[in-house]
Amino acid sequence: MSFWEKYVFSTDHKVIGLQYMFTGLFMAAIGGFFVYVFRMQLAFPGISVPGYGEVTPLAYNSLVTNHGTIMIFWFAMPVLIAAFGNILIPLMIGCDDMVFPRINRLSFQIFLLSAIILIASFFVPNGGFGGAWTSYPPLSANAEYNATPLGAPMWLIAVALEFVAFLLGGINFITTLMNARAPGMTMYRIPIVLWMIVIASILFMCSVGPLIAGAVMLLFDQTLGTSFYNPAGGGDPLLWQHLFWFFGHPEVYVVLLPAMGIVAEIMATMARKKLFGYKTILYSVIATGILSFVVWAHHQFIAGIDPRMANLFTVTTLLISVPIAELCFVYIATLYGGSITFNTPMLWALSFMVEFLIGGITGIFLGASGVDIFFHDTYFVVAHFHYTFVPIAIIGFYAGITYWFPKIFGKMLSDRLGKIHFWGTIIPFNFIFIPLFLLGAAGQHRRIWDFSNYSDLATPEFFNLRVIATVSLIVMISFQFVFLFNFIKSLRSKEKAPKNPWDANTLEWTADSPPPHGNWPELPEKVYRGPYEFSHPDRESDFWPQDEPGPDPDDPDYKSGYSPDSDIESSSTKA
Amino acid sequence: MSQAPIATSRSASGIPTARLAVWWVLASEIVIFGGLIMCYLMFRLHHESWAYEAEATKTAAGAFNTFVLLTSSLFVVLAHNAAEKKDTVKAVRYIWYTIFGGFVFMAVKAYEYTSEISHGYTMFKSVFWSFYYLATGLHGFHVVCGMFIMWMISRDVKKGKNLHRVEAIGIYWHFVDVVWIFLFPLLYIAK
Repeated sequence: MSFWEKYVFSTDHKVIGLQYMFTGLFMAAIGGFFVYVFRMQLAFPGISVPGYGEVTPLAYNSLVTNHGTIMIFWFAMPVLIAAFGNILIPLMIGCDDMVFPRINRLSFQIFLLSAIILIASFFVPNGGFGGAWTSYPPLSANAEYNATPLGAPMWLIAVALEFVAFLLGGINFITTLMNARAPGMTMYRIPIVLWMIVIASILFMCSVGPLIAGAVMLLFDQTLGTSFYNPAGGGDPLLWQHLFWFFGHPEVYVVLLPAMGIVAEIMATMARKKLFGYKTILYSVIATGILSFVVWAHHQFIAGIDPRMANLFTVTTLLISVPIAELCFVYIATLYGGSITFNTPMLWALSFMVEFLIGGITGIFLGASGVDIFFHDTYFVVAHFHYTFVPIAIIGFYAGITYWFPKIFGKMLSDRLGKIHFWGTIIPFNFIFIPLFLLGAAGQHRRIWDFSNYSDLATPEFFNLRVIATVSLIVMISFQFVFLFNFIKSLRSKEKAPKNPWDANTLEWTADSPPPHGNWPELPEKVYRGPYEFSHPDRESDFWPQDEPGPDPDDPDYKSGYSPDSDIESSSTKA
Repeated sequence: MSQAPIATSRSASGIPTARLAVWWVLASEIVIFGGLIMCYLMFRLHHESWAYEAEATKTAAGAFNTFVLLTSSLFVVLAHNAAEKKDTVKAVRYIWYTIFGGFVFMAVKAYEYTSEISHGYTMFKSVFWSFYYLATGLHGFHVVCGMFIMWMISRDVKKGKNLHRVEAIGIYWHFVDVVWIFLFPLLYIAK
């Protein structure tokens, strides 16, 4: 096969997964550069930012907007759902590819096109769109307000195309998981990360529809001059907020669930314990998914909605923390009494729990409508959602890539460099956002280009906090080069990774590292048990691969005192 | 690609993959049209004046189109029935009847648009008309896409290949039909 056939126009799920991953990481680098530029402007107003120059107010708005848009739509989604979904789903269910390989390729191509359109929008006259990633009209609908006559529609088209790409990909994921499973891979034997990715795809699919219709309406308002969101012409700007957040809130769970799934896989394997409460996790996730559709108006408490409605949405918002808290307890119960290996993937997985907890708890403040009226649009909100999204996107990605790196690339990552990178990321991360919590609680508003114009926000104490955040950000970004170095060094090393370096049970570890096209010479014939049978008392070995012939300890007929001979008999009588 | 992956031929859920995928496509379509219709309804409840705007729509033409679309749905069922019996000639014929139904629908729609626009009821006249053109336009786009896909499937069926796809497009075509059943009373009848 030629280079183009093998890496560019491939229909192989692993190659497409890597295409998504590298495109996502490239976009993340752009988003990371943007945040560096505007954080420099906030800490040292008016300086010429090294590598960029002076930041004008228009450019500042565009940088903030596109930082948010890129990190959610072009980094978190492609990497967590599309990349890991594509790579893991067929491998973990014991199959050679997705059920629609060509639609899979098409979905990546549309995604790539959307990324190119977004990047192109930074270079048109007046630059990229600057009306925030939420894109509220009338600011986003009228070129005379947002001052980006070309940037705004291009941003919108890019986002809409990205949605189409993920709808195609999502349908492929769902049907693949439903139909292409190996014999014996029953519902409750599916690794939890796949459940999470597929439930996330379903959530995305059910929530994005109204926003697609809404995006077409906004595009018509921008380019043709209709008045869907223009009160002067009989429209209603609040409609967009409802459509956006009806999608926007489930979207949080769309990216959260795959990250939680990755963490669950790592925790069970590295603690050498059966995942506690498989079904509890599954049902909690489904409950989260359903509840996530009825919380959206907590983003609009000060948008002029009915106070009675605000009460209702406060209650639902506080309710959704129940299943998420349940997930956290279940994960802790998995760790309890385990024999934990503190290697790089496990450190990332544990830090996910800690950091996400801070994000979750501060969310309860914001979910209460009374408190939110004070905190709304302050840096408290910014710090809160970064404490959720950074664990999801960045920690979730690093956890996943350090865990599956041997499988994906066939080499081992250096654990030493991995730990340096881990601490160099986690410590500055907290030093960025804890100051922002303080600033937000003191009333610092978002979306301000230069705080020195506001005497009560321009005190030396406040500027010190801003400088701490900015310097920590630069430290955190520079430590990402450790990961890059580790990545390249490991790829170039001669030493090959074994098939199953972590002694895990799931099917992908029975394939070669990296798996060839088609994954296995012969697909796994049968799956005998769930994916988390670690340290089973009836076995000498502390793990029990899913495809090893033998009994299923979850079977009601299972008797302890397993011996290999009786085992073959019982399985043959059953078959 | 030398041969199709084994994944494409597995059916762990017992439902053929193509049918399953079409149902999920429809699930995503339902929320797109559902969102649009909900927006329209919320507006409509707060704007009594839209009743006067709606009087300018051509109810008779809409009713005729409803009839055409329902009839074409019957043809696509007959095409599926023929395809199940491996009667490719009959299946192709019924697929083309369905495509013809789509043509008639779009022709009537074009006539409606022309006469409405020439009387000044453009997309910019009021938000009612913006919704009217957006909803019927999006629906019309689905009709045209369906016709195009049916044409592609008919070429396969003629050679006796991919007969199961007749069912898949049939499910889709029924959905397009159902959307129209919602749009017609909301935009044409309710005054």
